[in-house]
Amino acid sequence: MLAKTFSRGGRHIPHHKGATNSKSIVEMPAPKKVIIPLQQHIGAPCDPLVKVGDKVKLGQKIGESLHFITSPVHASVSGEVISIAHEKLLDGCQVLSIVIANDGLDDPIASKHRAISKLSAKQIRKIIKDLGMVGLGGAGFPTHVKISSAKPIDTVVINGAECEPYLTCDHRLMVEKGEELVYGLKTLMKAVGASRGVIGIEVNKLDAIAGLQEIVRSHEALEVVALQIRYPQGAEKQLIKAAVDREVLSGCLPSEVGCLVSNVHTAVSIAQGIRDGISLYQRVVTVSGRHIHDPRNVMVRIGTPIQALLDFCGGINGTPAVVVGGGPMTGPAVVNLEAPVVKNLSGVLLLGEDEIAQDENLPCIRCARCVDACPMGLTPNILGLLSSRDEVVKAEKLHIMDCVECALCSYVCPSRRGLVSWIKQGKKSLVVAKSAEQQGEAN
Amino acid sequence: MENSRLIVSPSPHVRDEDTIHKIMFAVIIGLLPVLIAATYLFGFNAIRLVVLASIAAVVTEALCQKIRNQPITLWDGSALVTGVLIGLNVPPTLPSWMMILGSVVAITLGKHVFGGLGYNPFNPALVGRAFLVVSFTLPMTYWTTPFDAVTTATPLELGPQAVAYPDLFFGTIAGSLGETSAFAILIGGIYLFYRGVLDYRIPLGYLGTVLVLTTILGLDPLFHLLAGSLLFAAVYMASDMVTTPVTPVGRWAFGIGAGIILVVIRIWGSLPEGVTYSILLMNAATPLINRWTRPRIYGQGVSKNA
Repeated sequence: MLAKTFSRGGRHIPHHKGATNSKSIVEMPAPKKVIIPLQQHIGAPCDPLVKVGDKVKLGQKIGESLHFITSPVHASVSGEVISIAHEKLLDGCQVLSIVIANDGLDDPIASKHRAISKLSAKQIRKIIKDLGMVGLGGAGFPTHVKISSAKPIDTVVINGAECEPYLTCDHRLMVEKGEELVYGLKTLMKAVGASRGVIGIEVNKLDAIAGLQEIVRSHEALEVVALQIRYPQGAEKQLIKAAVDREVLSGCLPSEVGCLVSNVHTAVSIAQGIRDGISLYQRVVTVSGRHIHDPRNVMVRIGTPIQALLDFCGGINGTPAVVVGGGPMTGPAVVNLEAPVVKNLSGVLLLGEDEIAQDENLPCIRCARCVDACPMGLTPNILGLLSSRDEVVKAEKLHIMDCVECALCSYVCPSRRGLVSWIKQGKKSLVVAKSAEQQGEAN
Repeated sequence: MENSRLIVSPSPHVRDEDTIHKIMFAVIIGLLPVLIAATYLFGFNAIRLVVLASIAAVVTEALCQKIRNQPITLWDGSALVTGVLIGLNVPPTLPSWMMILGSVVAITLGKHVFGGLGYNPFNPALVGRAFLVVSFTLPMTYWTTPFDAVTTATPLELGPQAVAYPDLFFGTIAGSLGETSAFAILIGGIYLFYRGVLDYRIPLGYLGTVLVLTTILGLDPLFHLLAGSLLFAAVYMASDMVTTPVTPVGRWAFGIGAGIILVVIRIWGSLPEGVTYSILLMNAATPLINRWTRPRIYGQGVSKNA
């Protein structure tokens, strides 16, 4: 098998997937109460549709916004709304959330079964919006916005790279829910009018490649592409280069080159939503790392406290140094274990002292490893320095805004410099400076 | 409940295992074949000079950091590397006090006046060597044969007809301690390449340019590759991370530029050898090379309908 990859930078990094990559997804029983934040996506927060004391059903829409870039939220258990207040999320941010006491009945809201053959593209987009679909890989971008592009799209790419270490939820979904994944892919293709569907999978998931190849054999327009193991192949621009050999222009979206990229889990959830009317109230989370008793892939209700999820996996073993929400390259550190599982949480990793490393910020020895590794062709050593000095105008000329924040520069740095943290900060400062400038011109 | 014992740090939470310390000690390991060859060929003088240079470099580094009120970072190994390199870059009979002085100059004027590790534009060991050559020209150009230490000239001074290739390859010729044995240098270089601390572009660009130019000029290219300190410098000094370009194209440019300067000095200059100055001059050009050779950025310069 000839595996493809992207053209510049990147690096093979140890993937630590062995603890969970052969373990079937297990379903965790719904917890006694769930905390549903009204913002689990990029865009406008939802307004609550229920009040304290209301009875809600499983899958019922309980939060919604009139804005375009937003996504509704749904009850992940049936029961009674016991509070609507600000709750602390895993990174410590406070977000208005609906807390529901589970009545244990899982009494579902009446759901519709549909078939994509009988739906128009417009209807599909509306259903996807109503069911609360967002990118489940980490960004949480509302799916209906992504598929409403004015640009013509000919290819939908499913991101089966799962290049972040430890995470295996997408891998297991590809193995266990291949039919749903393909159905979801075809739904997305119909929604955007694409004629071609590509599933890009790294070759450390051979079982997923073999299984999906078998399924797509009967579909003319679909194709499974084997990808080399190389971080950050799951980054949108790198995946498009690797899987369909197109290069997205600087500052543009994938739609500019006729592509739409979707996360594996998102496509599976879309299939379940269209076929069985199931809104996005549950997801698979990989729980792994040295300090969890029983690492596994868990199907868990949105809103389940992380602590309850850890208890379901046998509890914490010893003393983890860091708990990561998502993958270790890009996921934030968890500060609050009582925080709820949200839509874009792909993993909870309990990493030990010897598994992690922090910034040390020793002098740069210009070894150029960050320059060689940068998948965007940037010079992270200089961008980091300029950002840390707040010289963002110079950084802009060196294309700081093209950074995809994959964190590989920080990863490879032998001086353990916080390159990506500085660059992220620099990008923020630049955006602020730009908008201030525009304000000034407007006045 | 908030767990107060958890570390809250920004991502990435995992890092590559390589650190400055590990890289510098890999360079030391890469220098071992050369150290062994030098000791075999030049005996006690090799040990005397390398040990003195190393101790002087490490002590000077500590003193400089103390004076500058900086944390003492001897453990990173960078001062030790500089010391070993300058120790291997002198003739076997150099007086001890000159060796120590050269090492002190390398660390102070070559490194700490610019701000210490990572801030020096020039290779510190070569700054030290250049200082020794101008200050003590005679002792720095006083050559002896291996084993029996009879006064002689270097192959570069004698010319290709006076030396046999096997002698050039295994190092049984006169020269600086570390430069004579191509065999030992190649072993060290191959180790460093596989260890991932030696970028192939600079050594290949440097050696390749000398090979091509000497061939064009009708000289003996193999002789020019093996004689003098070219091979040693290509592997251990021209490839120094701190003082060379960070861009891939820039590293080629650096090697090729150094090769051109070297040939010009060797053929038309008044010195028999030009390795030190070829590298120091290219060190000076490095910031400019970096600026001119930035990599192509993904998504820049592709047409809209690609």
